[in-house]
Amino acid sequence: MDFGPYLLLASLEGAVQSAVLALTAVGLSLVFGTMRVVNVAHGEFFMLGAVLAWWVTTFVGLHPAVGFIVALVVAPLAAGVIAAAADLTVLKRLKYDPESTIVATIGILYIIQQVVLMTYGPDARPVQAPFSHRFYTPWFGYSSYKLFVIGIAILLLLGVWVLMAKTRIGLILRATQLDREMAQAFGIPVERVYALVFGLGAALAAMAAVLIVPIQQAHYLMGGDPLLLSFIVVIIGGLGSLMGTVVAAVLIGMSDGIISVFFTPTLAKILATLLVAFVLIFRPNGLFGKRSS
Amino acid sequence: MSDIRKSLVLHGGLIALLLLLGFVLPAYHHGNLARVMVLAVYAMGYNVLFGYTGLLSLGHAMFFAAGMYGMGLTIQHLGFSAEAALLTGVVAAFVLSTVVGLLALRTTGVAFMIVTLMFAQTGYLVVLYFGEWTRGDEGFVIQKASRVIAGIDVSDPGNRYLAALALFAICLWIILKLVQAPFGKVLIAIRENEDRARMLGYDIFRHKLIAVIVSGTISGTAGAFYGLLFGYTGASFATVQYSIFPLLWVLLGGAGTVTGPLVGALFMFYLIDITSGLTSAYMLFAGIALVLLTLFARQGLVGEIRRRFAPWLP
Amino acid sequence: MAALGSTAPNNLLTTQGLSRNFGGLQAVSNVNFDLPEGQIRALIGPNGAGKTTFVGMLCGRISASAGRVAFLGEDVTMLPAHKRISRGMAYTFQITSIFGRLSLRENVALAVRRRLAGNPDQVQGEVENALSRVGLLDRADQTADDLSYGHQRLLEIAMGLGQKPRLLILDEPTQGLADSEIADFKNLIRSMAGQTTILLIEHNMDVVMEMADFITVLNFGEILAEGSPEQIHANADVQAAYLGTG
Repeated sequence: MDFGPYLLLASLEGAVQSAVLALTAVGLSLVFGTMRVVNVAHGEFFMLGAVLAWWVTTFVGLHPAVGFIVALVVAPLAAGVIAAAADLTVLKRLKYDPESTIVATIGILYIIQQVVLMTYGPDARPVQAPFSHRFYTPWFGYSSYKLFVIGIAILLLLGVWVLMAKTRIGLILRATQLDREMAQAFGIPVERVYALVFGLGAALAAMAAVLIVPIQQAHYLMGGDPLLLSFIVVIIGGLGSLMGTVVAAVLIGMSDGIISVFFTPTLAKILATLLVAFVLIFRPNGLFGKRSS
Repeated sequence: MSDIRKSLVLHGGLIALLLLLGFVLPAYHHGNLARVMVLAVYAMGYNVLFGYTGLLSLGHAMFFAAGMYGMGLTIQHLGFSAEAALLTGVVAAFVLSTVVGLLALRTTGVAFMIVTLMFAQTGYLVVLYFGEWTRGDEGFVIQKASRVIAGIDVSDPGNRYLAALALFAICLWIILKLVQAPFGKVLIAIRENEDRARMLGYDIFRHKLIAVIVSGTISGTAGAFYGLLFGYTGASFATVQYSIFPLLWVLLGGAGTVTGPLVGALFMFYLIDITSGLTSAYMLFAGIALVLLTLFARQGLVGEIRRRFAPWLP
Repeated sequence: MAALGSTAPNNLLTTQGLSRNFGGLQAVSNVNFDLPEGQIRALIGPNGAGKTTFVGMLCGRISASAGRVAFLGEDVTMLPAHKRISRGMAYTFQITSIFGRLSLRENVALAVRRRLAGNPDQVQGEVENALSRVGLLDRADQTADDLSYGHQRLLEIAMGLGQKPRLLILDEPTQGLADSEIADFKNLIRSMAGQTTILLIEHNMDVVMEMADFITVLNFGEILAEGSPEQIHANADVQAAYLGTG
């Protein structure tokens, strides 16, 4: 294939990765922005979404599209409920102390991961895409489902933006983020808000996983990479900044394809992890966050 | 009896007990305890930074691995003697902890935790990247012939146990001296109220840096010895999981206590030993333990004992 | 290093043109301040006058936007807080900051040890001395968190005493104290007069008028007036600034 079409193909692949990454990272960013806690188990909720999608589609049978639509509703809902429960039972009791929360979420990470290992097992299993149409450019064929993923992701991100910026619930979330005590004084049930946000963050990750699972496979260890990548995106984009998160996700998702041309995956990961560390050390507000004086 | 004497009796008695066990334990537990003692040194190193200074590192596996690979690579590829290889491992950990300290201590709190995690992850990936020499996840065995310290063959279980005990005892002594000295008291002050400690005239950065270096070097020494005594070097010791373990052991045993790390390491070792016989998902218990500890028993086992009965416990 | 400010040889602390702005807000503006050794100086002014910011720049917790600070004849403007403290300053926080989970003994010991690390017996001697001066010796082995707020403030002063500082800076020391505790506090300050230079930020005018040798009044980040207690009491500008409060 010539360079031009190759670039187009790489861009499409990059766009799919960016879309899913943006959705996952926004979940992490929302939680940090509102609650000021880092959810290390975030990747496991992603994995949970994929595994639940497999369960649901296998259970429902029928046409793949039907199972998929059900999964698209059930998996994020289930992940969100589990996350909210974890928040109410564990994180609330820790009073959202930053260090204790990280340690506790590490524990939750292992609990979720290992329970899945015990029930779903160590194998990777595929999920059938809801439809398998291909559209053809002059140079190559491409899965329409992948375009569908990009489209849905954009819709969902827009939905999150509308929720945060335009609705009453979004207003409550932003108020709680700005000043927790003040929000409480105004009668906002901060603890319920936190449970909602924590659940929403997990649900977004699970949703992203449901979208990607027909392209990848569902495996109990698949949460590690999305976690690391979400970290990278959120820290580079600026913790708590939704716009920064999306921009960073696009940058990283798109460049991933290009970087893997020049560097081996391992070297690319090395550079990415070091980048996160150095951004935190020298530019703690990320590349888009506000500079502190 | 004064506190210092009580402490001497307790810790001296512990070493004596461990020595005695070396002669009476059946082979399986004998080998386990040797392992646990070296891992306890890893945890004691971690405890200096987490328990006493209050800095939560999520990347200590990089120090352990630096020691292990500093030893392993020089023995394997450069033909170093065991003594020289061990020293190289210790020096490698020292250098790494100095560099990491100078960089990571520019951050605090959550950022510090993530930075240490990222550096450790980089370390793991670097080990994989140079797989040609490190053999990556598979690792490599240290030949029996190389495992001779000062003429003593440490692949022999009896010698191995004594070497592990000697390492543990020396480290225990160092830590006891450290926490009872003025320097150790300042670390505790930094943990309790950093601002106040600063306004008493203490150089906080210098103290934290030394804490990181001491912590990393002790953990690295454990890594070097572990590789030599048990004859294996591998990337699994550089993973995130291996960074979580000392946190878990110290929390369980008692952060900020001298004997806590050994108690925690021993308990978790056997918990995993037993549960991994039942299911491959034994890390579930590590996860549950972490959640329960943070919720209900942040003081850990020895910490609770100290709080309720024995405030003199260092 | 050349000494700054007033040529009076016994000026312990001097500032020249000291200023601090936060973005657009000028918190402290061009303050020239001289503190002679052995004096008890009160720093007063309405809320928001810049007192805590000014004092923060003296001890190094806040960096200056402009100007210089000299202590014991040397320019310390660029020196970090811990180095200034080790040269002879001690500071008690506006909101008491101690080591809550440690004993009173250990709290004061930490303050003393920076000077006397090598000698544990001497350290204990000085710890007990400091604790008895604030009347807390009988509680030496209690946990600091178990003390009443008033006693915690006294503990903090004991820590200051333990440092044997040339300059003791007290940020609103009587806030939250009961009347009897304030009386004890006044006695404590009197016992230190002449040996230690004391800089007192205070809102309690009773304490200020009774204890201070000299008063500096800040308003809107600038020095409004300086003088003896009688002079300040009679000063119309000062009264206007306070609008009858304090």
